[in-house]
Amino acid sequence: MGLMLQPGISDAIGRHGAETYPNECCGALIGRDGVVTAAYALPNTTEEGPRRRFLVRPDDYRDAERQASDAGAELLGFYHSHPDHPAQPSQFDLDHAWPFFSYIIVSVQKGEPRDMTSWRLREDRSAFDEEDLTHA
Amino acid sequence: MPNTIHIPTPLRPFTDKKESVDVSGGTVGELLTDLTKRYEGLRRHLYTDEGRLRNFVNVYLNDEDIRYLQREQTPVKPGDTLSIVPSVAGGAPVTAERAQKGAAVDSSLPDLSPEEIQRYSRHLIMPEVGMDGQRRLKAGSVLCIGAGGLGSPAAMYLAAAGLGRIGIVDFDVVDFSNLQRQLLHGTPDVGRSKLASAKDRLQALNPHVQVDTYETLLSSQNALDLFADYDVILDGTDNFPTRYLVNDACVLTGKPNAYGSIFRFEGQASVFATKDGPCYRCLYPEPPPPGLVPSCAEGGVLGVLPGIIGVIQATETVKLILGIGEPLIGRFMIYDALKMRFRELKLKKDPECPVCGTNPTVTKLIDYEQFCGMRPEPQQAQGTGAAVSDWEITPVDLKKKLDAGETPFILDVREPNEYQINRIPGSTLIPLGELPRRYQELPRDREIVTQCKMGGRSAKAMDFLKSVGFTNVKNLRGGILEWIDKVDPSQPKY
Repeated sequence: MGLMLQPGISDAIGRHGAETYPNECCGALIGRDGVVTAAYALPNTTEEGPRRRFLVRPDDYRDAERQASDAGAELLGFYHSHPDHPAQPSQFDLDHAWPFFSYIIVSVQKGEPRDMTSWRLREDRSAFDEEDLTHA
Repeated sequence: MPNTIHIPTPLRPFTDKKESVDVSGGTVGELLTDLTKRYEGLRRHLYTDEGRLRNFVNVYLNDEDIRYLQREQTPVKPGDTLSIVPSVAGGAPVTAERAQKGAAVDSSLPDLSPEEIQRYSRHLIMPEVGMDGQRRLKAGSVLCIGAGGLGSPAAMYLAAAGLGRIGIVDFDVVDFSNLQRQLLHGTPDVGRSKLASAKDRLQALNPHVQVDTYETLLSSQNALDLFADYDVILDGTDNFPTRYLVNDACVLTGKPNAYGSIFRFEGQASVFATKDGPCYRCLYPEPPPPGLVPSCAEGGVLGVLPGIIGVIQATETVKLILGIGEPLIGRFMIYDALKMRFRELKLKKDPECPVCGTNPTVTKLIDYEQFCGMRPEPQQAQGTGAAVSDWEITPVDLKKKLDAGETPFILDVREPNEYQINRIPGSTLIPLGELPRRYQELPRDREIVTQCKMGGRSAKAMDFLKSVGFTNVKNLRGGILEWIDKVDPSQPKY
């Protein structure tokens, strides 16, 4: 298991994280068979304080799924940023995770995108496992 | 005819990759049960261990969120379509404590009864509050210091909003002069304890709220224990010793202080003593000299003013408990009712702050009366009732002097409009502020008794007169109010 990012995707995610810093950004990962071909930025609609939370509304989720199927692809997961925090999933991430999705986390330190990791929820919901993230 | 459920991408591996599944049942709940029967692996992702739908699982009947229908009891007709729509959430860890709270959202928060759901529906339909937020409010608690002008609107709105537990510290009795602004108390409550009256009012507003009352004076001895049991402390006090006590106890116990204060036409509000934010002492390291800043009892307060400030405090309390929005941390709000204007000052945590700075010198609660320069209470002398210090005189003793034909010069240092309400016969009015340029008018050869409403301003006047060479000066203990209580009940009180 692993996730491969097509050229430009990683930069786009990093750029999105830098733009919204010090708030969190989020977006959808679209592609096929473990290869991300597009990253769609989504509005962060959390009212819980966007510095440390992100929320994708159900409507935006439906849009993302539609975008994917229109492109003949699948929704592979989501990305979000951790401003001034390491690229490690939080307990909150775990509590709200969906199975089989890849969760990319980009750490944005002082406005600069740094580490990027990708995670998947264990089927018993007990933890995340890090997956290989490769760049095509 | 079966109904169709649309399955979102991440759950399709459990449904043999099917995007939609046909199920049957009479309600949304039955359809979902049928679905999880057919595909057992789905259950854990849709439901908590307690069997409730997870809060990030949205279910739509046709195009409507079932939260706005009858939830899982919503009946379905043939041909209706159900969609499971994930809301995707996450975020950086905030603090260890907060992360644990987040994790606890599903299981350890109290449930809402059907009556509560109806009552809080305007909250529940806002995604920023929602079921989880309302349950967080129900699990939350606030301790109101004082059931007066600020505590009234704050406690009433917090009770209505569904805060689970409201504690109130007060020891006062409802007085007619409270009714102009303290909405917790009504005319029939005059003479009752404020706590009894407050509890009745809050429970009438919302019987789901637990109201805990503490009939005591908040002190350095009890503050830490009282605060320990609450999430937020709401400071509605009207005097400096208690204000510093509340601040220091909040810093020491790590409880945020939803602060407010009011005087005449102006109010102030802020949130102090959060982990990284400033505290009251960062703003005011030292109290003002006693008597310099009059209290509301002395200077008056516009009756509607505490409504605004108390509700700002309540708003901040709700935001702190829900963890939403931008709290009033590091910001000092000043409201001017006459100009109808809000101003905001930026506050910074002072690294030199004696309580919350990097090297605090105050590490336990101190004597705040002394810190604020108040004189210690007169000692009880055995058997003789309250002893009087040589710098003050009781109203009864003053009356005796007058009856005996003595002629002390009674100097009333209140404002002219107060003097219009009531006065001690034969007294002379020189407001405290005019005293420095008018003290030459006073006789040097007579005993002077300074007097105000309650004894605060007149103590200041006495100190001033002594500093300019008057030697035979006494302060009337308890001011005109005690005079009316003990000597002349025919006059009105204010």
